[in-house]
Amino acid sequence: MLDAATKTDSMLAVRGLNAWYGESHVLHGVDIDIRPGEVVTLLGRNGAGKTSTLRSIMGLTGRRTGSVIFEGRETIRMSPDGIGRAGIGYCPEERGIFASLDVTENLMLPPKVRDGGLDLPTIYALFPNLKERARSQGTKLSGGEQQMLAIARILRTGAPLLLLDEPTEGLAPVIVQQIGAMIREIKARGFTVLLVEQNFRFAQTVADRHYVMEHGRVVDSVANHEMAGSMERLHAYLGV
Amino acid sequence: MLEEFLFQLEMSAPQIVLGLVNGAFYALLSLGLAVIFGMLNVINFAHGAQFMMGAFVAWMLLNWAGIPYWGALILSPLIVGAFGVVLERLMISRLYKLDHLYGLLLTFGLALIIEGLFRNGFGSSGLPYAPPAALSGAPVDLGFMMLPKYRLWVVAAAFVVCIATWLVIEKTRLGAYLRAATENAPLVQAFGVNVPRLVTLTYAAGVALAALAGVLAAPIYSVNPGMGSNFIITVFAVVVIGGMGSILGSVITGFGLGLVEGLTRVVYPEASATVIFVIMAIVLLARPAGLFGRA
Repeated sequence: MLDAATKTDSMLAVRGLNAWYGESHVLHGVDIDIRPGEVVTLLGRNGAGKTSTLRSIMGLTGRRTGSVIFEGRETIRMSPDGIGRAGIGYCPEERGIFASLDVTENLMLPPKVRDGGLDLPTIYALFPNLKERARSQGTKLSGGEQQMLAIARILRTGAPLLLLDEPTEGLAPVIVQQIGAMIREIKARGFTVLLVEQNFRFAQTVADRHYVMEHGRVVDSVANHEMAGSMERLHAYLGV
Repeated sequence: MLEEFLFQLEMSAPQIVLGLVNGAFYALLSLGLAVIFGMLNVINFAHGAQFMMGAFVAWMLLNWAGIPYWGALILSPLIVGAFGVVLERLMISRLYKLDHLYGLLLTFGLALIIEGLFRNGFGSSGLPYAPPAALSGAPVDLGFMMLPKYRLWVVAAAFVVCIATWLVIEKTRLGAYLRAATENAPLVQAFGVNVPRLVTLTYAAGVALAALAGVLAAPIYSVNPGMGSNFIITVFAVVVIGGMGSILGSVITGFGLGLVEGLTRVVYPEASATVIFVIMAIVLLARPAGLFGRA
């Protein structure tokens, strides 16, 4: 599944990642490679370990073993703040908008980790709603606006790799389309994205490659241009 | 009728203003408790002992090192705050994953130990600490009463410190980190903020506020090992009424209840010691989260 040639030019190389929440063993040796500028999705059913993989890359699960190399640096023993400062931006599944902060404070909260992030005028041009609602309490925004805010705030920090956990979850189809357009825009600006998705029809419109997860490990990978020919296989993994 | 009312008012004014002085201490102490509880989820029962330490460190600085009041006002909170850093790193940080009760028990035990040590070293009769020369002198004539300069200074200083703390928390980047980490600490840490260090410094800041109140209190009350425990029960009532963890709530409730206590001393002196607890009972029945707390 993993060819040795990709290993050296990977932005993120995950090898044999195991993770636990307390006593429960949730990841069983995950292998993932992401090259700079790629959008890669993690597909899989509920409970397959997609969210745990993102959380574990950020160091937010309990114990973890294996190897997570980001831009050539081993991060497996780093604290979550060290991993964040190394240049990985994280947008959690529940969006993590802070109720006690207004929209601008939410947007400005994550510290800059390096140069190359989007500046405020660019962010407001991409997300005009956020400018209009700048003084609103963060959690008073609609679901779609909260999702935009959760993504916008990590675009500011300069982190070159973004982990997005189900940004389309629970959103109306028209908003899902906007999120898709936004992810393509992010990619065009040179960001690298690891995206968790349940909906592989949506994933197909934004991603270069797809990993399929089952029972806490990666069981298959499909390039986006092979998607059409692999539908039967994917349905077997993901169908209900 | 009107004259009688004005006479009554003139008679009661001193009590009300003295209530405001007590209120200043309630506000400062409950502010520190609120800051600590908001971030650490720990009810810092050692707060009274740390207030007492602030007063004692001021006394030691003066008598052992010749450092006067104004120096102590800065140094004592720093020294006691550093002591807070050690406590948090060595002991309190081990309890964050457990129930509130464990933090309360630990800090209560620490309070007893600290008080015991000071009682052992200094006795319990109390040591005198003179107000600084600039604030002793003749009392200020407020028109309706004569107020010692020093008490006026205490009310003003406490008010300024409370407002400054509120501004830091509500209007600065550091304050935004604090508020966000109170809601979702792991996410703030994943953004690259060193949350464990933030927690340690928050505890130190809360402890330093208690020590600052202790320095302010030293010239008013005698410096003695029990001075904290006299205050702290009332202060916990203030925190409960204001709403656990609410910054503005603890400031307003602190000053407000000091006033209420003063007024009660005019109207029905016998009740002045209990009125705050009666209010606490009523507030708990009507609004269990406190006046300014989020349910």
